[in-house]
Amino acid sequence: MNKQLKKRYAADLRFRIYGMSAVAMSLLFLLLLFVSIIGKGYTAFQQTALLLDVYIDSETIDPEGTRDRAVLSSADFGAVIKQAMQKIFPEVSDRRDKRALYRLVSSGAEFKLRDQVLAHPEQIGKTLPIWVPADGDVDMLMKGSIARDASETDRPLKDKQIAWIDHLISEGRLKKQWNTTFFSAGDSRDPELAGIGGALAGSLLTLFVTLLLSFPIGVAAAVYLERFAPRNRWTDLIEVNINNLAAVPSIVFGLLGLAVFINLFGLPRSAPIVGGLVLSLMTLPTIIIAGRASLKSVPPSIYEAALAIGASQMQAVMHHVLPMAMPGIMTGTIIGMARALGETAPLLMIGMVAFIVDIPGGIFDSSTVLPVQIFLWADSPERGFMERTAAAIMVLLLFLIVMNATAVILRKRFEGHR
Amino acid sequence: MKIIKLLVLVLTVSSFAIGAVPAQAARDHISIVGSSTVYPFATVVVERFGKTTSFKTPKVESTGSGGGFKLFCAGVGVGHPDITNASRRIKKSEYEKCQKNGVREIVEVKIGYDGIAIANSKKAAKFSLELRDLFLALAKNVPDPKGGEQLIENPYKTWKEVNPKLPNQKIEVLGPPPTSGTRDAFAELALEGGCKTFKWIAAMKKKDKKAYKRLCHTIREDGAYIEAGENDNLIVQKLQANSNALGVFGFSFLDQNLDKVQGSSIKGVKPRFESIADGSYPISRPLYFYVKKAHINVIPGMKEYLSEFTSEKAWGDEGYLADRGLIPMPKMERRKFLSDVKGLKALKM
Repeated sequence: MNKQLKKRYAADLRFRIYGMSAVAMSLLFLLLLFVSIIGKGYTAFQQTALLLDVYIDSETIDPEGTRDRAVLSSADFGAVIKQAMQKIFPEVSDRRDKRALYRLVSSGAEFKLRDQVLAHPEQIGKTLPIWVPADGDVDMLMKGSIARDASETDRPLKDKQIAWIDHLISEGRLKKQWNTTFFSAGDSRDPELAGIGGALAGSLLTLFVTLLLSFPIGVAAAVYLERFAPRNRWTDLIEVNINNLAAVPSIVFGLLGLAVFINLFGLPRSAPIVGGLVLSLMTLPTIIIAGRASLKSVPPSIYEAALAIGASQMQAVMHHVLPMAMPGIMTGTIIGMARALGETAPLLMIGMVAFIVDIPGGIFDSSTVLPVQIFLWADSPERGFMERTAAAIMVLLLFLIVMNATAVILRKRFEGHR
Repeated sequence: MKIIKLLVLVLTVSSFAIGAVPAQAARDHISIVGSSTVYPFATVVVERFGKTTSFKTPKVESTGSGGGFKLFCAGVGVGHPDITNASRRIKKSEYEKCQKNGVREIVEVKIGYDGIAIANSKKAAKFSLELRDLFLALAKNVPDPKGGEQLIENPYKTWKEVNPKLPNQKIEVLGPPPTSGTRDAFAELALEGGCKTFKWIAAMKKKDKKAYKRLCHTIREDGAYIEAGENDNLIVQKLQANSNALGVFGFSFLDQNLDKVQGSSIKGVKPRFESIADGSYPISRPLYFYVKKAHINVIPGMKEYLSEFTSEKAWGDEGYLADRGLIPMPKMERRKFLSDVKGLKALKM
């Protein structure tokens, strides 16, 4: 008797240890993932900038003095930036060396200067200090991703350039700053100018369309199937199909989207509207299944009580059953939306895996989404995209955490009301 | 009650969203599709074009060369792309499909060359390979080493067995999967190049082209060649971790990671910018894009985009595309394609 009891206790203990080690393992892997991503990506939130004293020469950019916007916006601001660089290093005169020197400044510098002059045309003819982005390679050197001790042929920056950089650092002209570009800009092929602004906007627009479509339709379908639909062969067939759809690989929905929304309805390629439509097809089954399960879990006594005091069927469902099932439906919706947020495969078919610089302003503009942006950056040769990829993953994770937290809070509030 | 109202509201709004479908009457930006190898170059031009002109920035999709032609040849009209990038020339079948779907006039533009590097970790010894070594090490079936015109399954396990000059090291090559254009080019240029060095196989080309191609292009599947996915950055990282392996990837990735990996010389020629440009490095391929002539005065900015891409400051010897690892064409060739573009000369096949 005693012996058997001991054995059972031991088995119990072993089972607990298995469970705990499983949890510990998954936490460890999660931690590993976070450490590796944050370790690689945190540097991307800083960006090396270069302080130039730019003399905005009206001879160069506006020789006729018209101050016309069209003239100014097509003016040669690159030359102005080059003059400013030349002023810091007057001794550089060889053509090749000059080229190497100008390469320390990002190609985005001239556009930054142009935008500033267009905003304040009165600055023409004056010298003004301006922080411009440094080239991606300079940024990588400052962050230690390019080793200084590698042999000259093996690194993108030559010894001369590194000497110039050291001079700039000693003059306080080269500094790491908080990287606003990363959040505000669209995609770029220069890592120092690339940002997730466009992808973030695209993700929000796409998810907005998805939520708008899949939530009401999903809830309505769940309520009808669970409470109103007659039980016959047809509803059984529908149920089986919905369950099947939930397990269909997402790329299939992309093919469907291409055939129906783009080829048949003539919706634009690469637009969040099509992405949202495709992703709602994908999330609908999840929401319907979760919705039905949580409707089922509402005690039938509540429904019957409502009917007994004279409520119509619809009133009983809408006023009593649905509010009680809402937390479960919300959970299902969140799971579906989280899956939609991380999806890339169906978007490949409808043209959202694309290089898009302009930030989308509406659901019909071309856009891409966060996971696609991560995918595209991970495949770029420039060294600077490595940290940006990790940083974009961090933003995506943050996005997910915020979404889930909001959902939990909402759910808690709904639970409190009943 | 609140929930019902909310639901009704959301439903109406969403039905509006679906109802308000605009007809695709006009498109104000250029739509580009095609090769993932040309993508890093086309996107640079697109970005410059968007910033320096008043036109909207074109959209570049990375669909692969084959996928690009499929979309490109589907028809004429704003719903179809205007330009497709390709890491190989258009095939006759694709051209015919274009013709059938009303895409009659296509302008072909060669933009430059791309080298394929075979590299290993800097920690290991540098390789110097012949094309024949690559064929013998990586093909599925190889000529019997005992001599004669007999084919056997690839028996080689180490590089030394392939060629006594090479190190005594297990054959382990990381490369792109069959869906990749890089893989096609590698098979065609490197493996077939080595394959042809056997006289009797070269003679086979005339007799039985299919069998010749099958022999020369089929890569072994016994684990010596490892498909490492389309992501070249991943291959570079794996090479760093495993100094016994060699990797096959695009030249621009070698150029960006010279502190981590080293390129093997092929036929005694190192993979350098200059050697690819003058054609002495044997594994390099041309890159193209194709333009739909019917769209040129319909989509705003098409002509300007073409002249930006074909300007000396873009594809020239010291242009910004060369900075990104595109190997420029010789001057004469550039001039020829520039005049083709200016005259919008339609491709004939």
